[in-house]
Amino acid sequence: MRCSRAAVNAELPRQAPSEGFRAVLRRDYPGFSMNLDLRLPGRGVTALFGHSGCGKTTALRCIAGLERGSTGFVAVNGAVWQDDAGGIFLPTHRRPLGYVFQEANLFPQLTVLENLHYGYRRIAPVSRKISPVHAIDLLGVGSLLERRPVHLSGGERQRVAIARALVTSPELLLLDEPLAALDLKRKREILPYVERLHDELEIPVLYVSHSPDEVARLADHLVLMENGSALAAGPLQETLARLDLPLIFADDAGVILDTVVAAHDDAELLTRLDFAGGSILVARRPEALGRRLRCRVHARDVSLALDHPERTSILNILPATVVELASTESPAHVLVRLRMNDIAVLARITRHSRDVLEVRPGLPLWAQIKAVALMD
Amino acid sequence: MDAGDLSAIRLTLELATVVTVLLLAIGTPIAWWLARTTSRLKGIVGAVVALPLVLPPTVLGFYLLVAMGPHGPIGQLTQGLGLGLLPFTFSGLVAASVIYSMPFVVQPLHASFSALGETMLETAATLRAGPWDIFFSVAVPLSRPGFVTAAILGFAHTVGEFGVVLMIGGNISGVTRVISVQIYDHVEALEYVPAHWLAGGMVVFAFAVLLAVYALQPGSRER
Repeated sequence: MRCSRAAVNAELPRQAPSEGFRAVLRRDYPGFSMNLDLRLPGRGVTALFGHSGCGKTTALRCIAGLERGSTGFVAVNGAVWQDDAGGIFLPTHRRPLGYVFQEANLFPQLTVLENLHYGYRRIAPVSRKISPVHAIDLLGVGSLLERRPVHLSGGERQRVAIARALVTSPELLLLDEPLAALDLKRKREILPYVERLHDELEIPVLYVSHSPDEVARLADHLVLMENGSALAAGPLQETLARLDLPLIFADDAGVILDTVVAAHDDAELLTRLDFAGGSILVARRPEALGRRLRCRVHARDVSLALDHPERTSILNILPATVVELASTESPAHVLVRLRMNDIAVLARITRHSRDVLEVRPGLPLWAQIKAVALMD
Repeated sequence: MDAGDLSAIRLTLELATVVTVLLLAIGTPIAWWLARTTSRLKGIVGAVVALPLVLPPTVLGFYLLVAMGPHGPIGQLTQGLGLGLLPFTFSGLVAASVIYSMPFVVQPLHASFSALGETMLETAATLRAGPWDIFFSVAVPLSRPGFVTAAILGFAHTVGEFGVVLMIGGNISGVTRVISVQIYDHVEALEYVPAHWLAGGMVVFAFAVLLAVYALQPGSRER
């Protein structure tokens, strides 16, 4: 439905939340309409996930003020950056944000250190909360400071770009697929640094991605986008376990388990990980006891049995209850949402098995987890 | 080489230096505007700036002479401002040369600014740089080869002009008689030896300039 401009303006919120982030963006583009209302908590990583062309990057550009012409309202920590209904539009350079593009866009004529100082020099000394020393340490770029961007690898460039954005002490960090231009090896090299940001930063981070793996690993909150609108938004685990959404993930449907390293069995070379829904065994991990580990369980790796299977090679067999069923993109399969205590897990089984086992909501059964992907 | 030759060389270098400085000052904003604007005027302004590339210098010189003359609009203006008339003065020569050499400065700058791309400038904006700041801290340093090429071409083209100078400046020793006019005078008087010296010097100068420009082309520069 199309709204007239006046009607759109009338709906815009005029109150800025005193903490956290709020963005309402509306704009008609050829082919699709942007209609987004984002609320983010004061800290944590929110993934903006969707297929290419769904408007993720455009949303980020609107929030940064790089894209004009949208009808919008953007406020961070009580400060209004944009309120088109009230005639407020701060240009990009007056918005205290950090923006990391797909390409690092380092200034080629400057050394790494000079690149880091570019933004740092341009903010008022009183607003300098993150020092270059801290950012250099956080991103591990200390050995690169005297080099020019042309002599850096793709992963190194992107780390410098993130550090450069951080030293402007942003109140909101926008990451536009910062790993998309990197190969798998470089991604592995840079991901731990991005994870550290997640642990150490006290600001909201908006992370645009179309990689389910990156989202699973980094995000606390998930916003699923399609055609310029949010299909769903909420805490990562809950949102991933929703049955009406996995279509967007297609074959990657699955859930995230936050586990703790509980025990090592050096004789059998196994490690026990505990989570709120039970325990799982995985091949011996190097992490110390008590370390938190995030695991991903794909729906396609979970099968169901009515009786506790004996004499099976599968290690992880957990009691669960069926919550609901839904069809998938493949006509031969159905998705089943299970509950293990309070934790939701998805299983993908054939339609045939559903009929033979008479799987229905409320049915207690056993979930066999064939594989667990650890996010390390 | 006699005093007339030396005076012509000095005058030519003075003229080219003043014109190059003015051209960079005037041409840079025009080139920046041409590279960034989405205005419909872009085509018209671009064509006007490029006009001296295709017009015979005498045509340009003729209209400038008329415009700067006592009854022309520029002439009326300069007289009204108490500056007198520009034709047959050094100032008139400077004004005409600025117009005549404009495309040689604007085009390399325009190409350079266009090649910058939007993302570097946007990146600078996200790092708190305002529009002027972005221009001086990002656009200018990244366009350095463009500026060097523009300055060299503007200078060299002013040194080499003849038709416009003759129309606007005439042939007044020490005031408007530049090297190219001096060579013409020598040849008219059948003084081939001094003509050879000046003409040969111009050939060497032109070659050195073009060599410098080609050595500075993108491709050889650090990226």
